[in-house]
Amino acid sequence: MAASPLKTALSQSAKPIHPVWVRLCHWLNALAAILMVLSGWRIYDASPVFKGFVIPPAITLGGWLGGALQWHFAAMWLLFFNGLIYLGLNLATGRLFRKFFPLSPRAVWRDLRLALIGKLHHDDLSHYNALQKIAYLTVIIDLVVLVLSGLAIWKSVQFPLLRELMGGYDNARIVHFCAMALLVGFFVVHVVMVALVPRSLLTMIRGR
Amino acid sequence: MPVKKRNSFLINPELDRAQILKDATRELALPTRRLFLKGAVTLGGLTMLTGCGLSDNQSVESFLMRVSRLNDRVQGWLFDPNRLAPTYSEAELTRPFPFNAFYGVEDVPEVDAASFVLKVGGLVTGKRSWTLPELYALPHAEQITRHICVEGWSAIGHWGGTPFREFLRQVGADTSAKYVGFKCADDYYESIDMPTALHAQTLLTFQYDGKTLPPEYGFPMKLRMPTKLGYKNPKHIMEIYVTNTFPGGYWSDQGYNWFGGS
Repeated sequence: MAASPLKTALSQSAKPIHPVWVRLCHWLNALAAILMVLSGWRIYDASPVFKGFVIPPAITLGGWLGGALQWHFAAMWLLFFNGLIYLGLNLATGRLFRKFFPLSPRAVWRDLRLALIGKLHHDDLSHYNALQKIAYLTVIIDLVVLVLSGLAIWKSVQFPLLRELMGGYDNARIVHFCAMALLVGFFVVHVVMVALVPRSLLTMIRGR
Repeated sequence: MPVKKRNSFLINPELDRAQILKDATRELALPTRRLFLKGAVTLGGLTMLTGCGLSDNQSVESFLMRVSRLNDRVQGWLFDPNRLAPTYSEAELTRPFPFNAFYGVEDVPEVDAASFVLKVGGLVTGKRSWTLPELYALPHAEQITRHICVEGWSAIGHWGGTPFREFLRQVGADTSAKYVGFKCADDYYESIDMPTALHAQTLLTFQYDGKTLPPEYGFPMKLRMPTKLGYKNPKHIMEIYVTNTFPGGYWSDQGYNWFGGS
C-alpha cells in the first residue's frame, strides 16, 4: 500500500520544528528566569554592588528583601531542574550538536554583517543562522554562570572551589550581576527579534 | 506554620466578599502579614484591586514559606560539619566593622556587667547560671572571619571567646537535641540547628579585636557563626536553651530563611 496523503501529513506534523520538550523547557525557563531576575533586583537593592546604581523598586518582585529572597530561592529550583532536563535531553538526543554546530567565527561575522544591512533572512525556522547559534549558546552558558555564581554567593562556605573560581565571595556578586545584565540584554534582543519574525513565536508554542 | 488550603474558584462570589473582609481584618492584624502585603503591592497590587486576589496572595505566600522550609532541609543536608569557613589576617580586617541591628545605634541595650547572669535552660544537666567572670575563665579561641549579611555586603571581623561546643559540653547539653535557642537583651530571639552549634568555628564571643565586646557589637556576648548569615548571629545574649521544639527567630518568623547558612 502506498503512503496515503494523510499518513504523510501525520508524519510531518509528528516532526515539529521544536519538539515538545524544547517548547516546555523554553517556557518554564522563561518563567523561572523572569522571576529570578525581578526578585534578584530587589535583593540587589538591599545592598547595591555598584554604589549609586539602584533598580527602581516598583519593577522588582517580592516587596521587601525577605519576600524577594523567598521568590529567588523558590524559582531557583525551577531554573535549576528545568535547565538540567534541557541540557540532558539536548545532549542525549544529539540536538545540541545538530542545531548549534558547526559554528565558525567567519559565519557569525558574515551573518552579523547581513543582519546589520537588513539582509539576513530567517525563512526556514528549522534552521538557525550563525547569529542565532552564537546567541543561544551564549545565553545557555550565561545561565550556567548565573547558577554557579549564585551558588558561590548562597553557599560560599560549603562550596570553596566555586567561591575561589568566582574570585571570592564579594567578586561572585559582581559576576552574578554581570551575568544577569547579559541575560537581560539577550532577553531584549530576543523579544525584538521575535517581534520581527512573529512566526517564530508560533513555532515555539505549537511546534510548527 | 499552619497551611490553610483554599480554592478560590469553588467559593460563591457573594460569600467570598464577606470572607475576604474577615480574612483581611485578621491578616492585617499580624505584623508579618502586614509586612508581606505592604511589600507584595508591586506584584499583587493589580490582582488585589479586583477583590479576588487576597486568597491567591495568601496561597502564594504559604507556598513560598513551604519552599523556604524545604530549603532549610536542603541546607542542613549541604552543611558539612567539618568544612571550615575561610580565615583572614589582621591586615584584611574591615575597619570600622559596621554596626548592624534592627534598630539604630542609639538604641543599643546597656547590660550591667556586675549584675549580669547568663541563664541556661532546656535540655541541659549542668550549671544553669553563669556570671561573666565564670564565662571569661572558659577555654579561649580567636577567629578572623567574614561576616556575610543577608543584604549581600560582607565585612571581616576579629572575635574572641570560647568554642560554643565546649560551652555546651560544660553545661551538659543534650547534643542529640535539634535546636539551641537564644533570648537577647534587645528582644531579639534566634535559634540554630545542633550541627552548626557544634561546628568548630561556632564561637561564644566576649571580645572584639582583643577588647571586651563593645555594646554596639553585642555586649555581654554574641554567638559568632561564620557558617551562617549575619542575622543568625545573636547579640546581647541573656539566655541560652536547648530544645527539640522549633523556636523560630526574630527575622525568620517574618520571612527570612531559618537555616540562613553560608
